[in-house]
Amino acid sequence: MASAEPPDVSGFLGIEPRVFLNEPAFAEQPGSGLSPSAVIAPELRTDWNDAEDQLTVSLFARFDGDDENRTHWDIREAYWRHDRGSWSWLVGVNRVFWGVTESRHLVDVVNQTDLVEDIDEEDKLGQPMISVEYWGPETGSIALYVMPGFRERTFPAADARLRGPLPVDVDNAEYESSARDRRVDWALRWSRTLGNWDLGWSGFYGTGREPLLIPRTDTSGNLFLVPRYEVIGQLGADIQYTKDAWLWKLEAIGRRGHGSPFVAVVAGFEFTIYGFGNTSSDLGLLAEYLYDGRDDSAPPTFYDSAWFGGVRWSLNDVQDTTVLAGALVDDSGSIAIVEAARRMGESWKVALEARLFVNVDVQNLYLAGYRKDSYLTLSISKYL
Amino acid sequence: MKLQLIILALALAMPGAPSAQEALDRAVTPEEKGRAIAVEAEKRYDGFGDSVVDLSMTLSNEEGRERTRRLTWKTLEVDLPGAGDKSLTIFHEPRDIEGTAFLTHTHTDRDDDQWLYLPSLKRVKRIASANKSSAFVGSEFAYEDLLSDEVEKFDFLWLRDEACGEWQCHVVQRVPRYRDSGYSRQVSWIDQVDFRPMRIDYYDHKSRLLKSLEFEDYRLYRDRFWRSHQMRMNNVLTRKQTTLIFGNFEFSSGLNDRDFDPSALRQLR
Repeated sequence: MASAEPPDVSGFLGIEPRVFLNEPAFAEQPGSGLSPSAVIAPELRTDWNDAEDQLTVSLFARFDGDDENRTHWDIREAYWRHDRGSWSWLVGVNRVFWGVTESRHLVDVVNQTDLVEDIDEEDKLGQPMISVEYWGPETGSIALYVMPGFRERTFPAADARLRGPLPVDVDNAEYESSARDRRVDWALRWSRTLGNWDLGWSGFYGTGREPLLIPRTDTSGNLFLVPRYEVIGQLGADIQYTKDAWLWKLEAIGRRGHGSPFVAVVAGFEFTIYGFGNTSSDLGLLAEYLYDGRDDSAPPTFYDSAWFGGVRWSLNDVQDTTVLAGALVDDSGSIAIVEAARRMGESWKVALEARLFVNVDVQNLYLAGYRKDSYLTLSISKYL
Repeated sequence: MKLQLIILALALAMPGAPSAQEALDRAVTPEEKGRAIAVEAEKRYDGFGDSVVDLSMTLSNEEGRERTRRLTWKTLEVDLPGAGDKSLTIFHEPRDIEGTAFLTHTHTDRDDDQWLYLPSLKRVKRIASANKSSAFVGSEFAYEDLLSDEVEKFDFLWLRDEACGEWQCHVVQRVPRYRDSGYSRQVSWIDQVDFRPMRIDYYDHKSRLLKSLEFEDYRLYRDRFWRSHQMRMNNVLTRKQTTLIFGNFEFSSGLNDRDFDPSALRQLR
């Protein structure tokens, strides 16, 4: 028996205090003081058989001072993968990312959003799956995902910030499928590179990760929302054309099952000025247009017709300092974001994030609940 | 008699590759001679199939404060017209970028293709190859200094022969033909016996000497492949320094095109 190498341990732990800049929109929410929070995210990896077999476990836990729903833990990844020739098999819990755009990840539908982490929908819950991937030099990569077991979206507690206009009852979700969260969902993806083009085509059939939020009243007449998960079919394309300092990006989907069938698109570019201002830093300029054709009987979205503009400044210094500033602009409200991050010493990282809700129209279903929730988060992390 | 004829016929049909010295002797102009030296250096370097090496990259500033990165570097040799080598670097330290990977498919007839893998998002991102003159992770190496330097990407000029340390060197100037280079020219010292680069001076667009790279600790693998195990880049203007220290090179470990496909990046971790 070959001697196994010790497993590789990595990950991070950190504190993430947050300050809300305004008094809350709803009386039951905490005021504008400091909101403490801490995170631990250990990862363990090992392989054997010349790395043909790999085992990965990646855990996540947060302890939040103000939001009982944000205090949560999750298995982000826990899988065994077997690679053999052109084939790769995976059994377990995994995260899968598809897509090319920055402001919205339209085609990325495999994993459920961990919304209590961040409203930008980039944090995802681990998804149980069996997947098989084929790769050929001419074919590119074709991957099939069979997903038994649905993960419900996380929502902030009724007395927490960033909860939306009405509290969400996360304990009584409804499903279109009679199998509820035991329905087996399917996804297929084909991706390949052709010269300057990076192409991805994807299909999903199963319980959609975005819930409808159905208003209900409790016995004392208080309004609240119940998540309802519908079965959807979705076809998606993500395409990037890379030339010189330009990245041209397109993501498009067609979906049925959420109201009338609809199309949604994100299209834009990223242009980078290398050696910006005679320094060794790079300045990236980003612009994207977002369109979403869904009707009112579909889950609400901010992105029905919006613009995103941003700049990304990478200093290319020893500490990997980066600054990102951007805004999603819609005529009924805007979200502005500034993120700055820098390594300290060899294994510490400090980041500052500001998210501001600007000119929010109370009629904007998606943003109205956030209108008083502009915040500033400082995170200090130690990497293992 | 018959056998001798066959041998003669074969000899005429396949004159065989000219030796390095013949190619150099045949070169008339300094341009031809410079190119012949570079072609020979590439020939001596190539033929390894694929290689894997662990290395540390130590960055030190003008006050001598040091920061170290650790990475694995994988290379796949590609012998197709227009295509250059494929290269994959995977970071282990600093720990906050552990698992971050950088994949390059070099081309001799067009821009290179490059992808970045961000493990925290599990995202593979195609990036622009116009970043050639940018600093590689805050080091004194630019991307263009580290990616395979195919002969087709430069115009050469032999300058002179001179002693370089304990060796005799050809001194060859090369001017990048690709766009977005940060250099007006480079001057390289290549030893006359094994055609190993010993030093490269980099000149900026104002023709100022910007950086100087020294290759040390050469070791021989398989009686054939010389590899430097210490490469020291000195920035003449800022006095910052970056030193690469390589572990043992592993050759022909069975890597293939799939290991260097962007879709394989997300399987790294």
